[in-house]
Amino acid sequence: MNLKRVGNQTVVFANPPVILSSYSVVGPKEGQGPLGKTFDAVWQDNINGNTSWEIAESKMLEAAIQGAIEQTKLKSDEIDYMLAGDLLNQIISANFAARSVGLPFIGIYGACSTMALSMALGSMLIDGQFARNVVVGVSSHHDTAERQYRLPTEQGGQRAMSAQWTVTGAGSLVLAQSGTGPRITAATIGRVLDYGEKDVNNMGAAMAPAVADTILNHMHDLNRNPKDYDLIVSGDLANVGLALAKEVLKKSGLDMGNEFTDCGVLIYDSSQDVHAGASGCGCSAVVFAGNIMKKLTSGEYKRVLLVGSGALHSPTSSLQGESIPGVGHAVVIEA
Amino acid sequence: MFEQVIPAFIVGGLICVIGQLLMDLTKPSFTPAHVLVTFVTGGTILGALGLYGPLVKYAGAGASIPLSGFGYNLAKGAMEAVEKKGLMGALSGGVEASAVGIAAAVLFGYLVSVTFNPKG
Repeated sequence: MNLKRVGNQTVVFANPPVILSSYSVVGPKEGQGPLGKTFDAVWQDNINGNTSWEIAESKMLEAAIQGAIEQTKLKSDEIDYMLAGDLLNQIISANFAARSVGLPFIGIYGACSTMALSMALGSMLIDGQFARNVVVGVSSHHDTAERQYRLPTEQGGQRAMSAQWTVTGAGSLVLAQSGTGPRITAATIGRVLDYGEKDVNNMGAAMAPAVADTILNHMHDLNRNPKDYDLIVSGDLANVGLALAKEVLKKSGLDMGNEFTDCGVLIYDSSQDVHAGASGCGCSAVVFAGNIMKKLTSGEYKRVLLVGSGALHSPTSSLQGESIPGVGHAVVIEA
Repeated sequence: MFEQVIPAFIVGGLICVIGQLLMDLTKPSFTPAHVLVTFVTGGTILGALGLYGPLVKYAGAGASIPLSGFGYNLAKGAMEAVEKKGLMGALSGGVEASAVGIAAAVLFGYLVSVTFNPKG
């Protein structure tokens, strides 16, 4: 049996799936940020003429998925699965988008790690020969997340300085057995770690140990070190969590250097008053589908490690005083 | 007019400063809802001890409009009703004294929710 597992947690694909196309849609705040020009579509406001923010988020995800499919010129019956997820209860944004898209649908939840998780699972489906082409996509929306996880948006409450700003955005990729484009060569599925952080306004700290653990296992499994990558990018620890993850990795003997950054740090600049940085599964999705894909295609990056990081709590578990479990999933993308 | 406005401005402002300090110096698990309840119960206790009444006399709306003023009203109403009606007044008096505020909140909340739809 030709097992593709390497080490404890990593798989290396025998026929690495190709990223045929990428598409990103964002809200106005993301459009005004430093990566604004790298996105395919920028909405003028967060609701875009819909009746609720929840419907707007679902339409945004649908637009990202349709945008990625259209670029490939593939017919819909050539795409075998749609893998999608988001942050809302019962992943309604993905469910409702799947209702319109009409493809066989696998809904997934990994909180903010969902993009990396969907890329890993989609690649496994293709390399395992269960699918020819797969579309993956995730979304998040500032106002729907704020309403579900924190406080009513009408209240206008003050945000803690360690709090992250949920990105309004949706990103999508089409993965294929063959074609031209960057390839997903390996994936490391993370363990769920919990060091007892209970503060929902400090999710970066809750996720940092899990991200560090996944990076350590990834490097160990493949016998690589950070120098083997042009970019190692987590999504999304933001400023507080990124500093913590660097510290944990340094103590474990892994000096990450300047190649290690975070999607939640890149997407906004300090003048945008977002406090610790960005979060939301849309964040790593649009940063990857926009900025990182462009740099992979242009050849600026040869090998990138994307580590999606998820805070696996629910509003109920937080109110009941439970701590926040964190997870990190890593995928390697090579030009 | 200024002899009323200035004390109201200063006392009302200082009460808000206490609220801001409660937000900034406590853990984020101490939510705005906790601040609200702290102010109402704080006003009730200070009112019952006879400490909030002089503040309302001095600062007027500066002390009666913040949430602590609502708590003070509850305590004051309950104590006055006990004098008139006996011990049952402790239960009825607080809400009677703050009936205008409660009824106005219900009425205007209802009117606004009937008139407007949420945008988002």
